[in-house]
Amino acid sequence: MSENESACACTSKSSQVALMPSMPSSCVSESCCGASMEKASSMQNHEKAGYRIMPFVEEFIPTDAGDVPMIRTELTYGDILSNINVRLNIKRDDYKIASGLYAVGRPSKDSPVVVTANYKLSFDHLRKALYGRTAWILILDTLGVNVWCAAGKGTFGTNELKRQIGLTGIEKVVGHRKLILPQLAATGVSAVSLKKQTGFEVIWGPVRTEDLGLFLDNDMNADKKMRQVTFGLIDRLVVIPVEASLALKPAFYILAALFILSGISPDIFSFKIAIDRWPLSFAAVLMGIFAGTVLTPVLLPFVYGNAFAMKGLITGFAAGLPVALFWGSREGAQGMIALMLITVSISSYLAMNFTGTTPFTSPSGVEKEMRIGIPLQVSAVILAIILWIIAAF
Amino acid sequence: MKKLRYMTGVTTLKLDQDSCVGCGNCETVCPHAVFQIENKKAVITDPDGCMECGACQNNCPTLAITVEPGVGCAAYIISGWIYGRENASCGGPNGCC
Repeated sequence: MSENESACACTSKSSQVALMPSMPSSCVSESCCGASMEKASSMQNHEKAGYRIMPFVEEFIPTDAGDVPMIRTELTYGDILSNINVRLNIKRDDYKIASGLYAVGRPSKDSPVVVTANYKLSFDHLRKALYGRTAWILILDTLGVNVWCAAGKGTFGTNELKRQIGLTGIEKVVGHRKLILPQLAATGVSAVSLKKQTGFEVIWGPVRTEDLGLFLDNDMNADKKMRQVTFGLIDRLVVIPVEASLALKPAFYILAALFILSGISPDIFSFKIAIDRWPLSFAAVLMGIFAGTVLTPVLLPFVYGNAFAMKGLITGFAAGLPVALFWGSREGAQGMIALMLITVSISSYLAMNFTGTTPFTSPSGVEKEMRIGIPLQVSAVILAIILWIIAAF
Repeated sequence: MKKLRYMTGVTTLKLDQDSCVGCGNCETVCPHAVFQIENKKAVITDPDGCMECGACQNNCPTLAITVEPGVGCAAYIISGWIYGRENASCGGPNGCC
């Protein structure tokens, strides 16, 4: 990057220079007050009432299709902090940037064009991977959804790509007709019809953005490893906070219902008994959420069974046992079984729902296990309710 | 993805070898190495590795591949059972994806 910065003040004779009458025609020194005047003017010319230039934009560079924002490839603390928040399901719904064309370094007409989604996390991964390189980035409007999910839903699709090619005038910016797409976009983009409709050829990039540098250095060739999806421990750990937080809202209703069920007694409803028994069922629910959204993902390859509902049943059994045995013993056999059933059914359902987050489960498989899993889970819940009420009498 | 395997014998993936021209697009885009090109024709070598994402079907120039792609989460499938497959969603505007 530093190489580009020192070169920029002298080499880019852009239209903006003409807009600055006081600007000397010779090269502007950067030594006196930080950024060059030319760079500052390129930013000023893009100021617009009511708008703010994104902090990752370094300056604007002229192209045959108009000025294009040149972006930083180093993430700031602000970027990193908001990326962590998104992983924790905070402000995750609207984490997007404007679609269109961006520049990395000072790309030329021969520089590669890399396409991605307008999810800020995807964008940040990509610019980080392009550190020290020159490239064009074409961002599609996927409503702030990541590449694979958006491709599955068709928003990262042939039509949107065609639309952005038209809007950005990319054919005037580069001399070649090649676009590098993440391989996982193949679910939404048909390379065959894009070529027919626009003349642009799709080069399928690697699955993981972090391999992009190697891919580019290797004459745009991906080896087998780069083409395959993995789901290692780190990948599984990263998705846990979102999984767990999505389970919290329904858990609130379950806990409210359990408070009422816990108070059903010979006096019809006793607030005192409810307060006494509710924490136990609360613990059983928490253990179910823990087993379904934390234990199951972490231990995924090691827990018995192909069906996730089965895996969740096993982790739920292990997590529920201590609560039922040591704390639940005062509720008698019925109470203990009820507590176990609560934990196991919640864990089994949440584990089954985790199939939506994994990159290897087929919808046909999920449907097959659900046809067996859901009736069993529902029966377990009904039995748990009956036993939990009986245990109070 | 050798360690993590899912249900066997369920995939809707089908390949019509007669219309296959051996271009290799399916082998390139498949994230689970389900296809291999043998004697200038694609072969499904690992059907149980298929997650029905639909990338191969979408990029086959001769429509030799068919698969029923979809979202594989429980909430989405339940919604499909209730409202019909075309109207399925995973939790409306506040859903996960």
